[in-house]
Amino acid sequence: MTNALPTGADAATEVPLKRRLRRAERTRQAKALALVLPLLLFLLFTFAGPIAGMLWRSVEDWEVRQVLPQTVAALASWDGKDLPDEKAYAALASDILAARAAGTIAIAAKRLNYALNGFRTILTSTGRNLKAVPEPGTARETLGKINPAWRERATWTTIKDASGPITGFYLLAALDLTRNADGAIVAAAPDQAIYRDIFVRTFLISLGVTALCLILGFPVAYLLATLPPGRSNLLMIFVLLPFWTSLLVRTCAWIVLLQSKGVVNDSLHWLGIIDAPLRLIYNRFGVCVAMTHVLLPFMILPLYSSMKAISPAYMRAAASLGAPPLTAFLRIYLPQTLPGIGAGSLLVFILALGYYITPALVGGAADQMISYFIALYTTETANWGLASALGAVLLLATVLLALVYGKLVQGQQVTGGMKN
Amino acid sequence: MSDNSSLRTPSQRIAWTATIVVSTLVFIFLMAPILAIMPLSFSSGSYLTYPLPGLSLRWYDDFITSPRWMNSLKNSMIIGVASTLLSMVLGTLAALGLAQWKSRFKPLVLAFVLSPVVVPGVITAVGLYFSFAPIGLTGSYLGLIMAHTALATPFVVITVGATLQSFDTNLARAAASLGASPLEAFRRVILPLILPGLASGALFAFATSFDEVVIVLFMAGPEQRTLPREMFSGIRENISPTITAAAVILTTISVILLATLEALRRRNERLKGGG
Repeated sequence: MTNALPTGADAATEVPLKRRLRRAERTRQAKALALVLPLLLFLLFTFAGPIAGMLWRSVEDWEVRQVLPQTVAALASWDGKDLPDEKAYAALASDILAARAAGTIAIAAKRLNYALNGFRTILTSTGRNLKAVPEPGTARETLGKINPAWRERATWTTIKDASGPITGFYLLAALDLTRNADGAIVAAAPDQAIYRDIFVRTFLISLGVTALCLILGFPVAYLLATLPPGRSNLLMIFVLLPFWTSLLVRTCAWIVLLQSKGVVNDSLHWLGIIDAPLRLIYNRFGVCVAMTHVLLPFMILPLYSSMKAISPAYMRAAASLGAPPLTAFLRIYLPQTLPGIGAGSLLVFILALGYYITPALVGGAADQMISYFIALYTTETANWGLASALGAVLLLATVLLALVYGKLVQGQQVTGGMKN
Repeated sequence: MSDNSSLRTPSQRIAWTATIVVSTLVFIFLMAPILAIMPLSFSSGSYLTYPLPGLSLRWYDDFITSPRWMNSLKNSMIIGVASTLLSMVLGTLAALGLAQWKSRFKPLVLAFVLSPVVVPGVITAVGLYFSFAPIGLTGSYLGLIMAHTALATPFVVITVGATLQSFDTNLARAAASLGASPLEAFRRVILPLILPGLASGALFAFATSFDEVVIVLFMAGPEQRTLPREMFSGIRENISPTITAAAVILTTISVILLATLEALRRRNERLKGGG
């Protein structure tokens, strides 16, 4: 904009007006931006900042650095091929004595125990039994006597790997991977490799719920889009009322309906269909039923609006050209609902991926999704690095799917505009 | 196929009947939980089963006389109203700005503003838990109000933005040409016209805060427990009929919100149709 000014300066009469208009426009734009700015700053503080903080925690590695600073410094030049030199042992002994005095050994022990099971004992027993600074030259011998683990290379590689300031440890752990003593990425030990299964479970539950929503939602959306407005508005209440009802109310209601002495089991028993109550809740079935119930409106509404936009003339044209009803439906109607199917399915799938409350309340231990573990590691076991890493993977999946969704919806608006 | 009279062939009629049957079953599925839980709250017995031994209001009485439940209702109201007000101010300003702002970064900014809706609740909650705890915003009303405002504002931006899109900017120019100051033009011309949009936005914002439980789970202290949070513990421990009373109260509030929203939408359509 500023580059254009000198060339325009030759036409003496037009310039002031042009420039004034431009300046007015620029002020207007600045004012418009100033109106958006408070919200942007607010979201930076209450949303983007905290999430960035969580992402940072998934790679941050501060515990060992802070508790054993001299050891970290001494290991910086260690090539990891053989046992470290006497200097590193002396540094560790001095660090442990200082940490014991400050009461911080547990912090480093907790972090190192994530990487090598049993490290907590190694560090705390050493802290307990190391009475004083070893004589110069005897640190290796003294520590080795207290705990033979200090004579093993893997113990020291673990400390070096955890030296920070950043680490891929948690992100690798979230994908069931780890680094071996040589620094190569390998599969994690079977007892720690649980997260891939949880991600697969989360994915499968979300996929199943999306499919159920599509199967149940399609006929309803079709009915609502086809009926005359008066009746479809009335029926729409059946979709919107549950949509607006609190998630907790609906989850609570499903428990009342499905529990072993619940309404469904009682009715079936009364009708003589079953003798013993069926197990309908606190398992995968209950999770899928409750989640489908919560997410179904998110499928019906986009489907409805895409079907509403389809002119009945197309179907009449197909019929008049001799297409049997099924052919007309499959080849004319269905393809036009595809954008709605895509948008609705993606929306339901994205929302399902992050579900926490419903599985937590109506699922069993084997039905908990990834969000449950993020919450568990945050509040119960306080393994914040792992919680953040699992969160980072879930966030990445959500953002990628949301981008696809955005493209899809945007594309729909464009084609919708062209049709008009 | 636009109405039943055009269904000529038997196969079409069968398909239509099947659609109606399946849809009816789905409507029953959608409404069943709400319909099943309502009568139970009026039961005189303490088991959540049918048939009811008798009718009574004892569980509502239990709710009203319980300091725990009433405190949670009060908290939900305080946090809901405060975050609605805050999100209305931030969201309306942003919607006004976005309507005038022309830039290729606009889609990016819009995506950012709307992103709190898409990001899973647990992720937002964990992030807030980490970053609000060191500055003393966990276990406080202020922290919860701010967090709920972040979640609610996108709905305000969307609803108010949609209203502004259909707003005729010539009216604002006319006001200016007749000598109204920008503030006066906003107060006397723009505001009355976008008021239904603002009201819908406020309802969405309130409903978002009122129904939110994940962030409350992570951030609220015992003092700030909201109604959904109290229901969460209630469901976890043991479902007492008092919870069904709480559920009916929550649902009634939802119905009032939905009805108001629907009335606003109808009014808006009528005005548009008339003009």
